[in-house]
Amino acid sequence: MSAPVVEPDALAHPESGEGRKRPRSYKGPIALGVIALVALVGLGFFTSSDTETTFSFAKNSDFFTIPDLTVPSLMAVIVLTVIALLLAVYSLVLATNHRKPGIWLPVVYGIAIIGALLTTAGAGRDNTSIQFTSLLTSSLFLAVPLVFGALAGTICERSGIVNIAIEGQLLAGAFLAALVGSMAGNAYIGMVVAPLAGAAVGAILAVFATKYWVDQIVVGVVLNLLVLGLTGFFFNTVMSDNPNLNQSLNMQSIDIPVLSSIPIIGPVLFQQNLLVYILYVTVIVTQIMLFKSRWGLRVRAVGEHPKAADTVGIKVNRTRLRNTILGGAVAGLGGAFFTVASGLAFGNNMSAGKGYIALAAMILGRWSPRGALVAALLFGFADALRVQLGIIGSDIPSEFLAMTPYLATILAVAGLVGHSRAPAAENIPYKK
Amino acid sequence: MKLELQGITKKFGDFTANDAIDLVVSPGKVHALLGENGAGKSTLMNVLFGLYDADGGQILLDGEPTVFSDPGDAMDAGIGMVHQHFMLVPVFTVAESLMLGHEDVKGPAKLLNLDAARDKVKELSERFGFHIDPDAIIEDLSVGAQQRVEIIKALSRDAKVLILDEPTAVLTPQETDELLEIVGQLRDSGTAVVLITHKLREVKAIADDITVIRRGKVVGTASPSDSQEELASLMVGRSVSMAVDKEPAEPGDAALTVDGLSVVDEETDITLLDNVSFELRAGEVLAVAGVQGNGQTELAEAILGLTKTDAGSVTLDGERLTGRSIRSVLDAGVGFVPEDRTEDGVVADFTIINNLILDLYDRAPYSKRGSLQPSVLRENADTQVENFDVRTTSIDALTGSLSGGNQQKVVLARELSRDLKLLIASQPTRGLDVGSIEFVHKRIIEERDKGVAVLVVSSELDEVYALADRIAVMYHGKIVDIVSPDTDRDTLGLMMAGAHSKEEVA
Repeated sequence: MSAPVVEPDALAHPESGEGRKRPRSYKGPIALGVIALVALVGLGFFTSSDTETTFSFAKNSDFFTIPDLTVPSLMAVIVLTVIALLLAVYSLVLATNHRKPGIWLPVVYGIAIIGALLTTAGAGRDNTSIQFTSLLTSSLFLAVPLVFGALAGTICERSGIVNIAIEGQLLAGAFLAALVGSMAGNAYIGMVVAPLAGAAVGAILAVFATKYWVDQIVVGVVLNLLVLGLTGFFFNTVMSDNPNLNQSLNMQSIDIPVLSSIPIIGPVLFQQNLLVYILYVTVIVTQIMLFKSRWGLRVRAVGEHPKAADTVGIKVNRTRLRNTILGGAVAGLGGAFFTVASGLAFGNNMSAGKGYIALAAMILGRWSPRGALVAALLFGFADALRVQLGIIGSDIPSEFLAMTPYLATILAVAGLVGHSRAPAAENIPYKK
Repeated sequence: MKLELQGITKKFGDFTANDAIDLVVSPGKVHALLGENGAGKSTLMNVLFGLYDADGGQILLDGEPTVFSDPGDAMDAGIGMVHQHFMLVPVFTVAESLMLGHEDVKGPAKLLNLDAARDKVKELSERFGFHIDPDAIIEDLSVGAQQRVEIIKALSRDAKVLILDEPTAVLTPQETDELLEIVGQLRDSGTAVVLITHKLREVKAIADDITVIRRGKVVGTASPSDSQEELASLMVGRSVSMAVDKEPAEPGDAALTVDGLSVVDEETDITLLDNVSFELRAGEVLAVAGVQGNGQTELAEAILGLTKTDAGSVTLDGERLTGRSIRSVLDAGVGFVPEDRTEDGVVADFTIINNLILDLYDRAPYSKRGSLQPSVLRENADTQVENFDVRTTSIDALTGSLSGGNQQKVVLARELSRDLKLLIASQPTRGLDVGSIEFVHKRIIEERDKGVAVLVVSSELDEVYALADRIAVMYHGKIVDIVSPDTDRDTLGLMMAGAHSKEEVA
């Protein structure tokens, strides 16, 4: 028989070949299109044709004042939703050509839809304008527990432990911060001890997960119920008997000189309390540590392929134990948001499911601190929007607005935002 | 560095995996550790590497007794290991994989010094001609390239002793040759290499010393100049015939016709099986050769109906099989030996009795009026265990407690207990010892001689040659060509990498 004809290309790259094009995915474009259509029809219906909407951006402390923006309501809604619709069509075109849009598309799309929503909400109110800057400020503030929670989840899950107990860790942190803060009469002391409560919950999770190989999700859920029960019990007994053990403390907001006077950005980012500044640092440090440090490399190895980590002398279960406790501490710190950092006393079930939303933010953020921040801000914005529209008395039922973060969560978790992959060894105990 | 193992003993419960094993490995030599699967080779190396604690014996490095409490210790002492299942994190880059566990840091923040790792990859890659890009993601690399990353990992830690655990199990013949060349280079540069394998061809090609292990004990040493038969009988403990005795096939009419069969992965849209057509006649064995993951699994599963097909048809004796339930495909006379026997072949927690009737449980005489007939089942199990030489203490034993070879005999006994027109056997002897391989091959040929059409999927060329009347080579979901079994190994190897044979050999 004759010599075989060798295709040089096929031999050089045996793993490459035809049939490996980027898969066509129509989920995203269809979702974008449907939402834009609903927005166009729904919001157009709610908005009357002869009204105007005013947006105000300024705060007194700014260097200079950005003038208010007034637009004809219906026209603005139609223009914005049609832009969104066109973007949906464009992403559909890209999808048929096996391509994916850049990050700009969903961002512009989101701005258009939210802009349309705000325009409708603020339509025809001559004296109340949409307070854009304070909307963003409260978005950031409401996102604080979500960011801490999502960071906690990221730190744990990157090492292979599923942390469903974020909810419980937040609640425990909130409780301990209120209790110790009240005893000391100082909100900052409360904030400092809050991580201990979260770490304690994390430690229980870690021990059950790494020593007894119990299903991490089950332990997490049980811990949430345990913390809910315990804090509720102490709230109803000890705290209600001694009101001075559960006071409303306050953390002053701290203005950063110069930076806080920049229009829009200044009030939003640099007129916050200490916990928010700690948040900035935590996000940046975790992001760098996770992807650029020895610790991060080892943690990721343990979460992806524990056996490989073991064969180079990394202690898998010890790493997981430490990370779960660390993650718990971060969530506990976030718990301080509910009480001492918001100027509130402790109340039963204060975290109200924020821990689960944080978990969704972690997934949406693809298990990275930076992504978690962006996702949590998105959820925080939805929450802030609901509050503000409630204040100005919008025609849109507030129940629907209250649902939007959860709707966004479902869409996010269903993978509409692109394929996100969990650490491979998540929820699998490492047995030697 | 000279490595000596003295009297290493390792027990798991009552089972002695390593029984007082002695081994001496010298610099600049390739020492082959030859033994069947389950003989205790990997256990021994895991003890050496600090993954298991030994129950007895000691390890000497240059004459000094040493204790490794974990793999880190072993690596620090200059022992590197390339595991059978690669110890690489799929989402890491090559440079990250290299530094994991002994990271070099720089700057006041002590961040990873990735540049140093990149340089190290480039340097080693150039020295040995590896062509590895330090920034490539592990999961994007071919299996052969991943293995080279593992070798670079070991070398970057100045390994003086390199242990290769079944390194060729996942490689194409060409990649195997390349690997053996690399091993030769390493030896010449003074590294002591331990090659763990059960493949005689490789041992003969590269080894300087051979130690044979059977059932946890060293049964002797051999020389590479010994014949394959001699090595095999030392390994198995009795004389074995390496070739399958078979008469030339007497093929009848076309039994199985596969026409334009295609399978597309629903999630990723990747074409796994691309317009595959062939005919298989009654009384012949068609062996499907190819490197793992080129569509062979999907082909076997698509014929049975386990995988949803997107186009094409499968007919058996004129009856269309596509679109039918698996049950009715089986009833049409198809026997199926799945490639992952512990996962798909047997229910590990069921007894041998029950595993033998998994597909017959609702028929007479095994069940009557809706209830199983225990005495018939026992009788059946006794006969089958005898006929198929299943080595077990009792037919009531859980199937999961049997060795791989005996589990496979249970699967084969079950599948052959129906009247077949077509037998599909996927990797029928993967992980089996030489004795069981012989038996399984014999039974497959017997089926052929009874006039059953047999489709064997195998990534072992030895098996393909032993069984095939015709060989179909698959690459990237397509059948490259169907050739006769007298095609030489090199040509077949090239075809497995996608090269077309110009000549049509039917």
